[in-house]
Amino acid sequence: MTDTAQQRPTGRAGALAAGRRPHPAFARWRDVSLVPVIFVLGVAGFVVSPAFLTRDNLIGVVQQSTELGLLVLGEALILISGRMDLSLESTIGLAPVAALWLVTPAHGGRFEGLELLPAWTAVPLCLAVGAAIGAANGFLMLKLRVNGFIATLGMLTMLRGLHLGLSEGRSIGDVPESFAYLGKAVWLGVPAAVWLCLALFALGGAALGYLRHGRALYAIGGNPEAARSAGIRVDRITWTVLAVGGLLAAFAGILYTGHYGAVSASQGNGWIFQVFAAAVIGGISLKGGRGTLFGALTGVLTLQLVINVMTLGGVPPLWTQFLNGLIIIIALVISRFTGGEKQD
Amino acid sequence: MRNATEETAGEPPAVHAEGIVKRYGPTVALDGATLTVRRGEAHALVGRNGAGKSTLVSVLTGLARPDAGQVTFDGLPAPRWGDTAAWRRRAACVHQRPMTVPELTVAENLHLDRFPDGRVIRWRALRARAARLLAEYGVEVDPAARMKDLGVEQRQFVEIARALSDGARLIILDEPTARLDAGGIARLFTKLHALRATGAAFLFISHHLHEVYDLCDTVTVLRDARPVLTAPVAGLAEDDLVAAMTGGQAAPSGPPARSARRPPGEPVLHAEGLALRGAFAPLDLTVRAGEVVGLAGAAAGGTTAIGETLAGVRTPDHGRIEVRGRPVRTGSVRHAIAAGIGYVPEDRHRDGLVPGRSVAENTTLAVTDRLGPLGTVLPSRARAVARRMISALDIRTAGPGQPVSGLSGGNQQKVVVARALARDPAVLVAVRPTNGVDVKSKEALLGVVREVAAAGSGVLLVSDEPADLRICDRVLAVHRGRVVARFGRDWAERELVAAMEGVGAGESPDRAPGPAAPTDRPTDRPTDRPTDRGVRPQAVTETDGGPRP
Repeated sequence: MTDTAQQRPTGRAGALAAGRRPHPAFARWRDVSLVPVIFVLGVAGFVVSPAFLTRDNLIGVVQQSTELGLLVLGEALILISGRMDLSLESTIGLAPVAALWLVTPAHGGRFEGLELLPAWTAVPLCLAVGAAIGAANGFLMLKLRVNGFIATLGMLTMLRGLHLGLSEGRSIGDVPESFAYLGKAVWLGVPAAVWLCLALFALGGAALGYLRHGRALYAIGGNPEAARSAGIRVDRITWTVLAVGGLLAAFAGILYTGHYGAVSASQGNGWIFQVFAAAVIGGISLKGGRGTLFGALTGVLTLQLVINVMTLGGVPPLWTQFLNGLIIIIALVISRFTGGEKQD
Repeated sequence: MRNATEETAGEPPAVHAEGIVKRYGPTVALDGATLTVRRGEAHALVGRNGAGKSTLVSVLTGLARPDAGQVTFDGLPAPRWGDTAAWRRRAACVHQRPMTVPELTVAENLHLDRFPDGRVIRWRALRARAARLLAEYGVEVDPAARMKDLGVEQRQFVEIARALSDGARLIILDEPTARLDAGGIARLFTKLHALRATGAAFLFISHHLHEVYDLCDTVTVLRDARPVLTAPVAGLAEDDLVAAMTGGQAAPSGPPARSARRPPGEPVLHAEGLALRGAFAPLDLTVRAGEVVGLAGAAAGGTTAIGETLAGVRTPDHGRIEVRGRPVRTGSVRHAIAAGIGYVPEDRHRDGLVPGRSVAENTTLAVTDRLGPLGTVLPSRARAVARRMISALDIRTAGPGQPVSGLSGGNQQKVVVARALARDPAVLVAVRPTNGVDVKSKEALLGVVREVAAAGSGVLLVSDEPADLRICDRVLAVHRGRVVARFGRDWAERELVAAMEGVGAGESPDRAPGPAAPTDRPTDRPTDRPTDRGVRPQAVTETDGGPRP
């Protein structure tokens, strides 16, 4: 059929299309729209404080971006496939706590666990807990068909409560060496967490661009019915993405715990706002089907740079929250116009 | 437009637009459009997708501000731009897509954002007012019913009543029949005729030229952002009208590519005893290679459900489906696609397209497993497939990377067809593929369907438009979930429509007189009840209508 039809004249078609051609490159602009913003922030940081452009400071910023970055990575995948998961911010705290609870000795320490499993299983356990939380969210959304926003909000609260119950409201300081390694290690002069985070973003970006199941996320988020009628297993893939999101949050928990050497009782508390802000600033649509991981990464860096510049600028601590919210709103507005797209 | 006072001789027209220019960025949507609709006139506005019809409607309803030009209503200048209430009193528009709130009652929808009597809503009075309004226009709908519980037709009538209730004497109907079946269209036309008698003027936008001829006095053709023809409908040959729309020679009359037909080959799709409760009765169906089989009937009569069941979207209660002799798991789109059933869904916006994604992505949505090793999708291969499809189906796009939301309706539909064809299906199941596309695209799509068959696949074309079914080798007419008549290549439109509407055949399937005169070769048998099948197998199997010399 294709051969026969190729002979059709297409001259007028070409002429007509040319008149309505949108700039082909324009669609890609929104992915890099934050790069100039990051540059401006760098200049601002340099003006504000000579300490900004030091190796230690920049590495500190990047390291702090890793944990938030992994949450944003997970949330971005979930948002692209047209869902949302608020409970990631609790997963980052609960997954390490649950893992440590299962491996910590039952007697002797400040924190008394069950000692069911050997200490080396802490990392896989933590990841499994994260994936299980994501899968539970998937069960609620896909099998029971409850509203994802409220279901994961409930999950957020419930898991936060579980975290507090298990840890008895205290920080857990005695972390097995295997569990703390990734968060502390430095590879080639840069924290291992940074390498891992970059690698995961690259992996995720490649999967979205070059794997059929990755590409399916855009179709599912853009129009689930169309994806279904094209033979894509919408529910199964969505479920997988939710589990991956939980897994990434748990991994962020491992890095965070290693970085600070302890799981605090409020680990991750209130992060979800920043996660969504970074994703949206970075061009991920809350309605699904649109956005790139590179954009999400620039969103994370933008937020972290803002906080860093404010800290260096000597903003009184009691005002940081106000300014943080204000700057996120400003960043949203800027990226709305540099990106040229509605953020719906 | 701000100081427009053009006096015309005698009675001023209901609306007069002069020299309207509208640009969207580099795109010129309207370039000096002129339109005059006299009072009490039914004026058709036709043109291909992208010709500027929608933009002109936006200008006439105050939704878009023209860059140049003037609009007058009844000889008076148009309201200030932005004064929506004033615009609404001038021109009312029933849009192509429903503009009602499904969760609210009919009464509330009728009074959206203009509740009477100040601040507090008095529900009883509101409902009474709504009832009066509906009665005034002869719409029999309970004002307290929720909008979503109404049928398509009733919803449309409510929208028309709402449009008229603002006092506008110009009613713009943007493809009002696209959502209706034949009976609904007939009732709509009756209503519109009655309204014209009261002096209302209509601007009627349609892709169906016969509707233009049935309803309208005058027709204006837009092409490439300009009006190219305004003429009385009476005495205008349909060929000339099509020529004006397409800008070229008149469309070849009759079905395209008739000569390309060849005798059908092996069965590619075979369904046996396929049934879905509440939708259609047990159905036996065979589609052969190189053959286009038409399934004629209204959407509510079960034809859409049959198509969706074959495509795996819906799970049948009984029966089985075979493709090239191999059974297909029913109720699974994946298995249907893998077995070789290509599917063009009825509603391209709902089931067919991912609007924000590119032509290449949409085209390759069902073939991603073939575009690279180990689950990868190589963009170069995806683009290659898309390019092949773009040229094969003559999709007008800036390139494989353009989002499909930027394409015209006809080209979007071609993308949906391309998605189904990208896998080289054994059989193509196309449900109303020409819905909401212009004449030229319609022709192109039907040509594609014929080519698919010529290339050795089978096609099942579900439609209720006789013009579309002309390309079929065989047509089964379905009424209320049952096949009520079978036709060969040559049939009279009247007979087919009668069969689809169930006239004379539907109620007593045992010995009903066939709707068609026996000039057609395939017998118009009453259809297959389960009980009939054992007794008279020849009445239900497809073989008796099979290959012809």
